[in-house]
Amino acid sequence: MKVLQPDNLADALQLLAEPDGAPVPIAGGTDLCVHWPARDLDNTRFLDLSRVAGLSRLTLTDNALEIGARTTYWDLICAADVAKAFPLLAQAARLVGAIQIQTRGTWAGNIANGSPAADGVLALMVCDASIVLQSVRETREAPLDGFFTGYKQSVRRPDELIVAIRLPRRAYTFEWLAKVGARRAQAISKVGVAMTRSENGWRVAANSVAPFVCRCRALEAALNAGRTFTSPQNVRSLLSADVAAITDLRSTAEYRERVLSRLIFYRLAELDRSSGHV
Amino acid sequence: MTDLDLSFMLNGKPVRLHVRPDARLLDVLRYDCGCTGAKEGCGEGECGACTVLLDGLPVNSCLVPAFQVAGRSVETVEAVGPEVTGPLNRTGTAQCGACSPGIVVMTRWLREHPEVLQDATLRQFMSGNLCRCTGYDSVIAGVASVLDPKEATGGEGASA
Amino acid sequence: MGIGEDRPRVDGLDKLRGAAAYVDDLRVEGVLHGATVRTPAARGQITQIHFDPGIPWNEYVIVDHRDVPGKNHVASIETDQPALVETEFRHKHEPVLLLAHRSPAALRRGVQGVRVEYEPLPAVEDPLAGLTSDRIQHGPDNVFKRIDIRKGDVNAAFARAAHVIEGEYRTGAQEHAYIEPQGMLATSEPDGVVVLGSMQCPYYVLKSLCAALGRSEQEIRVIQTATGGAFGGKEDYPSVIAIHAALLALKAGAPVKIIYDRQEDMAATTKRHPSWVRHRTAIDEAGRLIGVESEVVMDAGAYVTLSPVVLSRGVLHALGPYACENVHIHGEARLTNSPPYGAFRGFGAPQTLFALERHMDAVARRLDLDPAEFRRRNLLRDGDRMATGQVYRDGVDLARLMDDALEHAAYAQRREEYRRFNASHPYLRRGIAQATFMHGAGFTGSGETMLASEVWVEGHADGTVEVLTANTEMGQGAFTVLAQVAADTLGLTNEQVKVAVPDTHRVPNSGPTVASRTTMVVGKLVERACLDLAATVDGAAGRSFCEKVRAWHQAHPGKRLVGRAKYKTPPEIHWDDATYQGDAYPCYAWATYVAAVEVDLRTYGVQVTDFVAFQEVGRVINPTLARGQIQGGVAQAIGWALLEDVVLKDGAMANTQFANYIIPTSNDLPPIRVFFEEQPTPYGPGGAKGIGELPMDGPAPAVINAVCDALQTSIHEIPLTPERLMQHLDGTDHD
Repeated sequence: MKVLQPDNLADALQLLAEPDGAPVPIAGGTDLCVHWPARDLDNTRFLDLSRVAGLSRLTLTDNALEIGARTTYWDLICAADVAKAFPLLAQAARLVGAIQIQTRGTWAGNIANGSPAADGVLALMVCDASIVLQSVRETREAPLDGFFTGYKQSVRRPDELIVAIRLPRRAYTFEWLAKVGARRAQAISKVGVAMTRSENGWRVAANSVAPFVCRCRALEAALNAGRTFTSPQNVRSLLSADVAAITDLRSTAEYRERVLSRLIFYRLAELDRSSGHV
Repeated sequence: MTDLDLSFMLNGKPVRLHVRPDARLLDVLRYDCGCTGAKEGCGEGECGACTVLLDGLPVNSCLVPAFQVAGRSVETVEAVGPEVTGPLNRTGTAQCGACSPGIVVMTRWLREHPEVLQDATLRQFMSGNLCRCTGYDSVIAGVASVLDPKEATGGEGASA
Repeated sequence: MGIGEDRPRVDGLDKLRGAAAYVDDLRVEGVLHGATVRTPAARGQITQIHFDPGIPWNEYVIVDHRDVPGKNHVASIETDQPALVETEFRHKHEPVLLLAHRSPAALRRGVQGVRVEYEPLPAVEDPLAGLTSDRIQHGPDNVFKRIDIRKGDVNAAFARAAHVIEGEYRTGAQEHAYIEPQGMLATSEPDGVVVLGSMQCPYYVLKSLCAALGRSEQEIRVIQTATGGAFGGKEDYPSVIAIHAALLALKAGAPVKIIYDRQEDMAATTKRHPSWVRHRTAIDEAGRLIGVESEVVMDAGAYVTLSPVVLSRGVLHALGPYACENVHIHGEARLTNSPPYGAFRGFGAPQTLFALERHMDAVARRLDLDPAEFRRRNLLRDGDRMATGQVYRDGVDLARLMDDALEHAAYAQRREEYRRFNASHPYLRRGIAQATFMHGAGFTGSGETMLASEVWVEGHADGTVEVLTANTEMGQGAFTVLAQVAADTLGLTNEQVKVAVPDTHRVPNSGPTVASRTTMVVGKLVERACLDLAATVDGAAGRSFCEKVRAWHQAHPGKRLVGRAKYKTPPEIHWDDATYQGDAYPCYAWATYVAAVEVDLRTYGVQVTDFVAFQEVGRVINPTLARGQIQGGVAQAIGWALLEDVVLKDGAMANTQFANYIIPTSNDLPPIRVFFEEQPTPYGPGGAKGIGELPMDGPAPAVINAVCDALQTSIHEIPLTPERLMQHLDGTDHD
């Protein structure tokens, strides 16, 4: 096992660009370090980000929020102004594991790890987040929606590092996130959903029902068109265009898709009742 | 693999060690520093029995690579004083004791950061520390009594 | 502090400070790490063991079945379980080879570098399925044990019944999930072998080591280290690891430590027996039980181990706290090709009491009777006979106990409130229900007589007193409670009495720490040993007991002052093992538990919102410790009912991580409200009954009954995961 520990971004990017295979970036380690002693690390090279300066930003301006590569869930929870401006992010952060995980886990790491059950990604997805990727060659920004291309596959090239996450500030008229785990804390999501509405329209995202956290576009289109629903099944038929849940050790495909549609249906019904219209 | 030369602050004192480069902070504490308070209950960051403070924040030490600890400050259960352990003992917080060091570290931290409870209940706060013996009532009562010494009850119920 | 006083536990501060020494905390010079190579499939014959030529095997200590100096078996009720597989294996993860190495990383590579090749054999997965002859592995029919309890004439009762109601119930396996995984440290010394580790029963470990190593008890020393939770999981499995560590230490000529990580512990060690129970009950026009016919099948796993006794306790609790003249309970413990199932708090009773208390609610519903009223008509009264003919004479008014519990839970008001709530809420449903039950304290039937437990209490020259038993502290508070009993009997302060670490070279065999026997049976022996000690120093000079002890030592230099007590079967207890008739247990603790739940029909998730645990326990020795036992047991049982699903693949647990095997966090449980009543028993110190397992028996049926109440449906299986609840409700209009 080899550990590379640059203290600045330029050196880090240089190391990622090396021709004999890119080292594995490690930030908080809450995914990579699970069952660490059982991993065969002999041929692994890590790029330790913990000493790279300038990666723990959390900057809120009138127009945008910028989250740095090493910013943790706890950093955001503790930033009162950010938590107020982006309540879904704060809520998602509190649903990750427990405090001992939140103090180490990073938003960028959650994206890079690419789990279909990612909680941070779920909230970011409905806030129109974009990912800033940097390499020795260029810096580019890619929307989070479209970032993932398959199970643990993304548009990130091996020589690129996620250096920041950017979110536009919007006036949301509706924000909601629900995570269903096996228990109330320290739970990997069996199914999770987030929804927002702004003048840019509806956003609906779900985790654990597809190879990656995905937008539910058919449902968004129906909501944008003012559609209402009389049963969870109606919601489900629209979701089926965008989700394809599987059965695994944690849950079943049927449970995931059914519960997703029921959560959405009842939340929309509540919204209808409270506002009189969607 | 050649050893890692690791220097950090442990419970307020500087330490310098040669450790395995692929060691976790938990391994360094237990096998190189003689701080066996932190326990390995799961190795996956679920049970919290390995909880320590890293630069003043609670973390699962089984998920912290030793190579990230250089120059940082680590505080363990061994440095927590009677103002925390005393009240916890009175409410029966420890039964088998395997989860206790992690709970003690969390309680010590909470005592120094009571503002955390503005947005979370005690049960939410302690949810990263699994206990199989107590059912949590005596733990919650203990933590509450550390925060508010007048709060020393052990949970509802009495001899009828 | 004496009996009834709330003294802080003796080991509390050490544990909170992280100073208690668990086996993996011990630093031993020159220690080697040990690990186990295991079978990869459910059943087969090993054909070859292949060692990766790229690994420097000469650096490793390697042990196989040929290295067993004594008998290659793990001594238990029978001797069918090998310590190391020779050729035929009967479950996945069965131990084949042991490796030791100075480096844990090299050890891991070693384990991965061994490939066990085999010819598969047909495996038994389902204990209820029909058997083909090629699947018979024990006796003529794979049944390890059969028990029949008969009373009266069931056929006649069914013939005249007004109602006959049937129900089938299933419970799943449960993993103990003690926070400290299993481990042992063995050292080979010139005069014998010393084994230290996490365990409940040092003398069980000693007996197994003697058999496997071919040595006498004097040549082996077993010492319990601080044990981080056990719940039955460290009753018999530690013998397996102890044998393994000892074999490696003997071959290596160096100390060997085997510590399981969580994944290995979950995969390879014992679990609660899965069960299937079918009840057929005959009721008369007045809503009284006149006939009960029950079939109980426990899935025992691949070897006999403790299954006969689990089955025994299971069938002895199958009729619960109810009176019925005509009974036939038939129980079987059957082989499957899974790692052997073992002891887990409750030991068969939680399984049969789940079925019984679910059935009682189901019957009440069918008869359109209030569940409490139906129970009231059938609860045992003084003089009634239990299923084995035992006369109920504990003197507890069970109907009144039940009513008090319901009162504390505001049962009637909440039931009313929940009806209204359920009618109006779009997706939440609330319910409240109970379970009434009991748990027999001490070993079943003639068990205590066979154990012939012995306890010593020693008076030291400095005037202090030491209690010497083989009973272990595993969190339940045994060391504190036994000290309180001694202090109470001899009039001592906390500082003047201590309990010895169980070390087989120092303590007598007072029996295992199981079966809710430590406080009651062993505590009573401690009391008698104290009295024996007091009698010895009675004539010595001095006023206080400690002064007398010091004076005695002055008068008898170099001698030991030890009070002794040996178990004597109470003459009024009669039990017949052959007919399963008589006094199954000397006494029982009695309880009614009430659970309130909220079901979310969006997610099919169930939350327990309130829990009342109301029990009669003889005498509360230490309020905080007693309450802690109840709350912990309730939490474990709620987990078993709703969250804990052992997923099997090739008969063994596949979800071997805390991420996938879900035990409750602090945020998943309500405050657990505990109430005690005391009806002293003559069999325990100060009147105390055993309570360690009682809290495991009631919560699962109470919670599931409450879910059934909330949803007006009938559920028959646990764990009731949300996925299973969804499937159960499919086809019903639950929106």
